[in-house]
Amino acid sequence: MSSTGRTSPQEPDESTSGRLEALLGQGYTPYIIVTLYVLLTSLWLLAFPFSTIAFLVFLSSLMAIYYFPVSSWLKLVLGVIVLGVVMPIVGNQNQGFLDVVTQSAIFVALALGLNIVVGFAGLLDLGYVAFFALGAYLWGIFSTGQALNIFPGAEATFPLGGGWFFVFLVLGVIVAAIAGVLLGLPVLRLRGDYLAIVTLGFGEVIRLLANNLDKPVNITGGAQGITSIGQAPMFFQPVVAAAGFQPSQGAEYRMYMYVLAILIVLLTVMVARRLNQSRIGRAWTAIREDETAAIAMGVPLVRMKLLAFAAGASFAGAMGVLFAAKQLFISPPTFDLVRSISILAMVILGGMGSIPGVILGATVITLLNLRILPDFAAQLNDWRRAGLPIPAQFDPVSYQRLLFGLVLILMTIFRPEGILPERRRRFELHQEAAEGEQMAQDAKNLVHPDIGMKS
Amino acid sequence: MKRFASALMLLVLMASLLAACGQTTASPSATTGAASPAPESPMASASPAESPMASASPAASAAASPSTSETATAGAAAELPNVEGLDLGTIKIASQTPLSGPQSALGTGIRNGSELGVEQMSKKVGMEVQFVPFDDQATEDIGASNANQIAADQDILCVAGHLNSGVALAALPTYKNASLLMISPANTNVRITDDFGANPAYRVVGRDDVQPAVAAKHAFETLKVKNVYILHDKTAYGQGVADFFRQLAEKAGVQVLGFEGTDEKSVFDPVLNPILAAQPEAVFWGGIYSEGGPLLKQMREKGIEARFLGTDGLDSSELSRLAGEAAVGVNFITIAGPVGQYPAASQFAKDYEAKFSAATPSFAAQGYDAAALCVLAIAKAAEKANARPTRQQVLEAMKEIGPYDGVTGTVTFNEKGDRVPATYFVIEVKTGDPAQWDQANQIINKIDISPEGQ
Amino acid sequence: MAVEAQSKPMITRQSSWNTLRQVFAPIGQILVFIVGSAVILGLIVVLLGLVLSRVMEQPNMLNGVFLLLPIVIVDGLVLGFLYATIALGYTMVYGVLEFINFAHGEIFMVGAFVAGGLALFLASNGLLAAIPPLLFVLIAVLLGMAVSGTLAMSIERVAYRPLRNAPRLVPLISAIGVSLVLQDLVRLIAGPRRFYLAFPDLGLNQRYQLFQVARAGGGNLNVTIDSKSLILIVTALVMLIGLNYLVNATKLGKAIRAVAQDRPTASLMGINVNLIIALTFLIGGALGGAAGVLFGIRYSTINPYVGFLYGLKAFTAAVLGGIGNITGAMVGGIVLGFLEAFVAGYLSLFTRGHFGGADYASMAAFLILVGILIFRPSGLLGEAVAQKV
Repeated sequence: MSSTGRTSPQEPDESTSGRLEALLGQGYTPYIIVTLYVLLTSLWLLAFPFSTIAFLVFLSSLMAIYYFPVSSWLKLVLGVIVLGVVMPIVGNQNQGFLDVVTQSAIFVALALGLNIVVGFAGLLDLGYVAFFALGAYLWGIFSTGQALNIFPGAEATFPLGGGWFFVFLVLGVIVAAIAGVLLGLPVLRLRGDYLAIVTLGFGEVIRLLANNLDKPVNITGGAQGITSIGQAPMFFQPVVAAAGFQPSQGAEYRMYMYVLAILIVLLTVMVARRLNQSRIGRAWTAIREDETAAIAMGVPLVRMKLLAFAAGASFAGAMGVLFAAKQLFISPPTFDLVRSISILAMVILGGMGSIPGVILGATVITLLNLRILPDFAAQLNDWRRAGLPIPAQFDPVSYQRLLFGLVLILMTIFRPEGILPERRRRFELHQEAAEGEQMAQDAKNLVHPDIGMKS
Repeated sequence: MKRFASALMLLVLMASLLAACGQTTASPSATTGAASPAPESPMASASPAESPMASASPAASAAASPSTSETATAGAAAELPNVEGLDLGTIKIASQTPLSGPQSALGTGIRNGSELGVEQMSKKVGMEVQFVPFDDQATEDIGASNANQIAADQDILCVAGHLNSGVALAALPTYKNASLLMISPANTNVRITDDFGANPAYRVVGRDDVQPAVAAKHAFETLKVKNVYILHDKTAYGQGVADFFRQLAEKAGVQVLGFEGTDEKSVFDPVLNPILAAQPEAVFWGGIYSEGGPLLKQMREKGIEARFLGTDGLDSSELSRLAGEAAVGVNFITIAGPVGQYPAASQFAKDYEAKFSAATPSFAAQGYDAAALCVLAIAKAAEKANARPTRQQVLEAMKEIGPYDGVTGTVTFNEKGDRVPATYFVIEVKTGDPAQWDQANQIINKIDISPEGQ
Repeated sequence: MAVEAQSKPMITRQSSWNTLRQVFAPIGQILVFIVGSAVILGLIVVLLGLVLSRVMEQPNMLNGVFLLLPIVIVDGLVLGFLYATIALGYTMVYGVLEFINFAHGEIFMVGAFVAGGLALFLASNGLLAAIPPLLFVLIAVLLGMAVSGTLAMSIERVAYRPLRNAPRLVPLISAIGVSLVLQDLVRLIAGPRRFYLAFPDLGLNQRYQLFQVARAGGGNLNVTIDSKSLILIVTALVMLIGLNYLVNATKLGKAIRAVAQDRPTASLMGINVNLIIALTFLIGGALGGAAGVLFGIRYSTINPYVGFLYGLKAFTAAVLGGIGNITGAMVGGIVLGFLEAFVAGYLSLFTRGHFGGADYASMAAFLILVGILIFRPSGLLGEAVAQKV
């Protein structure tokens, strides 16, 4: 395609890593290695529940579980051990880590949803957070007294009890999907950047509505936001008490939110995978690769695009409800353009269209923002206090965004196809290498001239 | 190679920019605190009806409001606990404000003020305290996540934070579960203490419904304004204040010619047109100086001569720097009192200037007091327990904390964690020169008000 | 998708008349749009005023409408030219690379800070008063253009060129990274004292009275325009003419258009594609820098985060006009400016304060944008170009 391209770097490390894999792939070795890896990292974190490094290494064991060629029952068992046993125990001691994982899970689900629109169907959506806001405000309004401002005199009904939470989780899906279709209907004629700017506008409109609809009727609470949002029902409390545990109310609710978030993420992963592998997913791929050809092949363009919008939006709607129930407070600045962009960054950095890539991208960026950069800054601060010559004007804590920006630039330059690119895309980009390739593999070439053949 | 060359070029460019800006570092406000506020300072002599202001001590001002008079005589140092020699282990005080992003100017001010507060107060009580700043980026979920991290660190016994009420409300459930004391330097939202009052939230600023009440009293009773145009900055703080002000104006029968919010930071023409057409007597600004200054300047340039009223968000010499001569005549309300007349306040301004080489932004003094109160509460709890206190004990100690003579005047709390009968000063800006801010501004009114704004 | 989609194919020699026409015709187009939007929006509000004053029984409403009309039009014009100047640089880069340069807002902000730094530097040495204001504006604009242009070019070299052939969305993320870095770098350099940088008094405070409108209750409302706004408008027009000349009548322009149309072929024709793209960023950045300087001088307060919002508005304007089209960017900016000024000025009046005008100004602008794009999917001046596959 490009006439100026370098020749594709021959992969010397390709063969070495291939050999490594061959070695690991033999017999019981991978089973032993991965089990040891999980056990050791778990023990390390259990021994040092406040060490960020131990925490990160521990999370990396999930990657190991995913990548090692072991049978799926072992993957399942190890996954349950990591997320279902070790994490709750650590989280009980260090609520900071538990919260980070819960937040990551929420963003993973959001990124998976956006991935359907951007990665599968190839439609650039810069206003994705609007659907998240819809879900959050839906539960926020109806689980608090705000609803009374819309339906005056309905004191008997509103605010709704916690039991309605699960109904609203479904309702969030439905409302967001409808909003996705409504947005999609008029704007799907637009292509590329025009679609981007319209979706961006939609996102801003929703945020501005949330910010301004405190008059004439106070629906959203305006800039003040909504406080004391209803909690999800703790139906399991008697069971926990009967089992002899006496957790504090806050700790119990945190754990509950964690479990709920992980469960929803698992569900979204399954849905996203099934969608991608179905006829619909193939239609999306066709549209993404070549719209004209897709029409010629009889793909119902409008219906498929609308479906992509609706499916992507519905993930965000459900997560919005969960987010509101977790934070117990929402206000408009949470749902601004920067949030949309950061979710997009998760998708692109992880690898557009690739489900494991997007999960990794979302986790990495959330961890960077919430844990790694703050800790790094705090460390720098400690060093400065200890006498390291860092200029007084440079307060490291206040330059997290700068570091984040640098990370974004470097990651895109050195890995433009994403951390874990989709297989199809990788095959496209590395046709020569693709023939000998079997499993997901990390070809360390930097910029490949043939990337981006699509329009 | 070329890449490095261009990166180098970029650096050189930045450096030259730095040099260009750096030339002017000898800013006038370097002299801010130097002129010590003698009783015969121009402000005191020029101050009209309010006689107590002539003497420049907080004790005198406190004497004006009866409820705090009995404590006013006691010197601040006399009642301080002393825990020197006790083995307390590592004790940390966290601050959480936006340190990056558009709101970082204010957030950094609070953080710096808090650092000073921790530093000075911990010396006074003989306790070693580490100060750990957190950056909430003015975002609720980052704030909530930080709160979890803070709650998980058992060394942190108190939080001096937040700038944004939204972030505070997102973090407070976590603090509450951890019984972790939070003293807020800047959150005016009524829900902070209505929902979390004293358990675990305290605040050293007035509530949203208090400041507007003072402003309304001043505007409608003293200035006898007949109609007013209300603008706000669409933040929880600005809109909250503006909303209450409108309610009071309607109650007082004052005509509200318009009520608008804008999240603009620099271009105010579109908002100002309706004001130009409506010709109000006064414009009330719910917001802070960083937007208020440019707004005011553009307002005057457009030929709107209405009186400009605001709340403690305007209380910074930066207002004069941003608005220039247009700042003259602005009336704003503050609990802190003019820096020039309070030895503690003027000392604070001097220290801040020396340590951070910058003028004190709004809420920095409140940041100082919040952090100092944190230290005080921990020291009191440690003294009582004669050991390292638990978070619960710190919270208990805070409930019994006596009046504290801080940078923003004497601080006493009611059982809800709000400051009790506060004396508010109405200050008229008399100068467009930030260096003269402390000396030239005049107190033109003094209003005592209870926390619920009645 | 060429920079100038509607420009005729170039033949080797071009008559000077043709050149002149191509360079100055857009001015006419812009005038048409200015007058057109002012008249259409003015008619809409007058009609609304007429209807609503009957419906709500508010006889004074129409009076208010007429009182506001001239000042709203003047402000919409100034705001529109501001958006237009920023949009020029945006559209220039997009036209060549089809890439949304999200960092353009920060380039704009750097230009403003350069001018502010220069003004403060001169003021602290007492030189500012000695320089005639217009000369200062000229120096500041040139300096801002130089710094921003070089900066944009360096950014292209460091952050975008390695991604030239990556999927289209990837440079977008890199641009967002650049934008975060630039914001905080400027904040670091400016320091706490100049986070909010206020321009010193430049001595450009003249106001020229356009006309007077009689108030209902007696007295007059003076409709004025200030000299800073005039400078903004004049410079914007000069920039447009210069850019049109550069793109349509010079060899460099021809090369730029060739690269925009088909990169591999252009390179086969002996055009140094990398150089041309770098120059495009230089020009686009310089335009952004000039816009920043003018913005700083006109509105006098800036901060390191000021670029994001205006970058976004300018992007909207560029899309509205038909992205990649130079005149379109100008027209889009002006239409957007008018829309915002009208909504901010009138919404509150028409809804009797129930909906704040300023609250909904940007929302209305977006809604109208969506409306326009639905009926004209490639913007006001964009041609319906066949999608490249």
